[in-house]
Amino acid sequence: MNDFLPIFVLLVLASGLVSLVLLISVLFGPRRRARNETKLQPYESGMRPIGPAQRRLPVRFYLIAVLFILFDIEVVFFFPWAVALRELGWAGLLSMLIFIGILEAGHFWLWRRGALEWEKMDK
Amino acid sequence: MEPTSFVVFLSSVLFVIGALGVLLRRNALMIFMSIELMLNAANLAFVAFAQRWAQLAGQVFVFFVMTVAAAEVAVGLALIVTIFRTKRSTSVDELAQLRG
Amino acid sequence: MNVADLETVLPFLLLATGGVALLLVDLAVPQARKSLTGWLAFVVALAAGVSALALVSGKTMKGFAGMVQADAFAYFADVLLCVVAALVILLSLRYHTARGLMRGEFYPLLLLSLSGMSLAVHAADLLVVFLAIELLSIPLYVLSGFARPRLESEEAALKYFLTGAFASGFLVYGVALIYGASGTTALGDLRAALLDNPALTSDALLMAGLALVMVGLLFKIAAVPFHFWAPDVYEGAPTTVTAFMATATKAAAFLALMRVVAGFAALSPSLAQPFEVADALRPMLALIAAITMIVGNVTALAQQNVKRMLAYSSIAHAGYALAGVASGDATAVLFYLAAYAFATLAAFVVLIAVGSTEGNEDHRYEAYAGLGRRAPLLGVIMALAMFSLIGIPPTAGFVGKYFLFRAVVASDLTWLAVIGVLTSALSAAFYLRVLMVLFMREPETAPEAEPAALAADAPRMVAAYVSAAAVLLIGVFPSAVLALLTGGELVALVR
Repeated sequence: MNDFLPIFVLLVLASGLVSLVLLISVLFGPRRRARNETKLQPYESGMRPIGPAQRRLPVRFYLIAVLFILFDIEVVFFFPWAVALRELGWAGLLSMLIFIGILEAGHFWLWRRGALEWEKMDK
Repeated sequence: MEPTSFVVFLSSVLFVIGALGVLLRRNALMIFMSIELMLNAANLAFVAFAQRWAQLAGQVFVFFVMTVAAAEVAVGLALIVTIFRTKRSTSVDELAQLRG
Repeated sequence: MNVADLETVLPFLLLATGGVALLLVDLAVPQARKSLTGWLAFVVALAAGVSALALVSGKTMKGFAGMVQADAFAYFADVLLCVVAALVILLSLRYHTARGLMRGEFYPLLLLSLSGMSLAVHAADLLVVFLAIELLSIPLYVLSGFARPRLESEEAALKYFLTGAFASGFLVYGVALIYGASGTTALGDLRAALLDNPALTSDALLMAGLALVMVGLLFKIAAVPFHFWAPDVYEGAPTTVTAFMATATKAAAFLALMRVVAGFAALSPSLAQPFEVADALRPMLALIAAITMIVGNVTALAQQNVKRMLAYSSIAHAGYALAGVASGDATAVLFYLAAYAFATLAAFVVLIAVGSTEGNEDHRYEAYAGLGRRAPLLGVIMALAMFSLIGIPPTAGFVGKYFLFRAVVASDLTWLAVIGVLTSALSAAFYLRVLMVLFMREPETAPEAEPAALAADAPRMVAAYVSAAAVLLIGVFPSAVLALLTGGELVALVR
């Protein structure tokens, strides 16, 4: 249980600080109710927002995100491998090289198919 | 109850939420997220049981399940995007082209 | 890792390496010559099949710290899967050109899915079962949507994906629970643990895990009540992919299922030969088999579309094979799966020939009117396929059903065999309807497709002859197939 004491202390401190800040802003902040339209606009200075805030993003972002997830998740296999590298010896290194080789094959394929080029992606 | 049991209980709750989500939700994306919840419930159970048996194997399984889930995400989202482009909808109720 | 480890999964390694390499080679193949990729995939599939044939023996070998197992069943299934895949590749060359699907990715994806099937039949650990099922499924999700932007194909892909991923959720959670109850995921260790510790056999966690794993696997083989996805997916997917799913996927999933069932054999106090089915599982498997046979055959009766009828037929035959699993005779089940695979493939030769002509792909019964007279060869092949699926001698289907029902009766499940025989008789109604339409009915409109176009494609004809010959040869010389299947002696599914 002693191991968790610092975390517990941090939890108390963090929630205390957040409550304090919220309390201060409630106590000292201006509390005037919005009386007119202008007050309720996103930009009080008078700039008019154009279009809804939740815009559709181009599907290119989705492709990049998915490719990122795919290659990112493979990295989890590197960590245990790196920790045990010395015990695993040459066989371990060879296995990992094969693993990276398969990943690189996928990477190369994506690259040649133009999946990494921003301009070509819209097909 | 030993501490592992709480975690296993939590994972079973997550699994049931995921399974119900698949059965009750009508949006392909939400169904898909529910499936991910089921997989992650299994991951949580693996970690808990790895602790119960004091083995590393259970934790390693999680890596494999995560990788498989990532591959499923890639293929699944691609399929959902493809069908959205054709149909402009991701509701599974509108997938009624194939009826016997 | 050493060389002996690699040998235990050699067909899988050839297929996986070939699939990844082919993906890169395909980049250099110009669009006009994509059939080259197909031929390369054909060579890889055959090479893997030959390697499995060369390795067949009655011995059981473990590899990769007990994660995989090489035995006669696995190698037999490898050979079957590779031959089926090679034939599907032959069928796809013309079909894909005609349907505008000649994209190079098809063949690497097919090989990768095939490598997953090969891994599934070699699995000796629940984790490998899960990984292999995913490896075979994920490329199949893409392949069923391969005819995009045709909406039916996209829809089939999404349905297959959502139900398939749902099923793997059950599978992996079940594996987690079994690991939690027993501390192992290796099927051999699990069996030993159950024998050592009888208290474990009534463990709620273990039984819950087993139930979830069974649900996940029954989804994959499309057993009732987990079959609802199959007709839609089979109908919407490109016909070549349907042929592959109906034959190879089913065989691979069945072997994985039998390995899991055999791993839990020690739940049972009475161990029967040849592989043991736990007393806790046998009634459940028998019940699902009975429902699957009845629902599959009765629903197939009502179909107006040949492709969809074959989907229900595949569900019905999953019921027969499942009855074999309940009886515990792996040899009979694998023999049956081989007989079913070649008969179904022969039927799909005709569907793919029809789909390879100009115009929309139409598999309603009316579209087949008079086809048997316009293209007699296709008519004969379809007749052979239908006779085999009903189980009429001297076809493979007859011998397969004979072995199967004999095993079922021998394991005191006579009622199940009776249901099997009755539903087989019922199935004659819809299988013979195809032949009636093919030979007796006049087409309503003038046929668009010329007989010459239907029979012209040489690779398709090779596939037609091979599958038809297999249906006949297995039916006439079953002992040769049995010798290959058992490698000369009986082996255990789990050791």
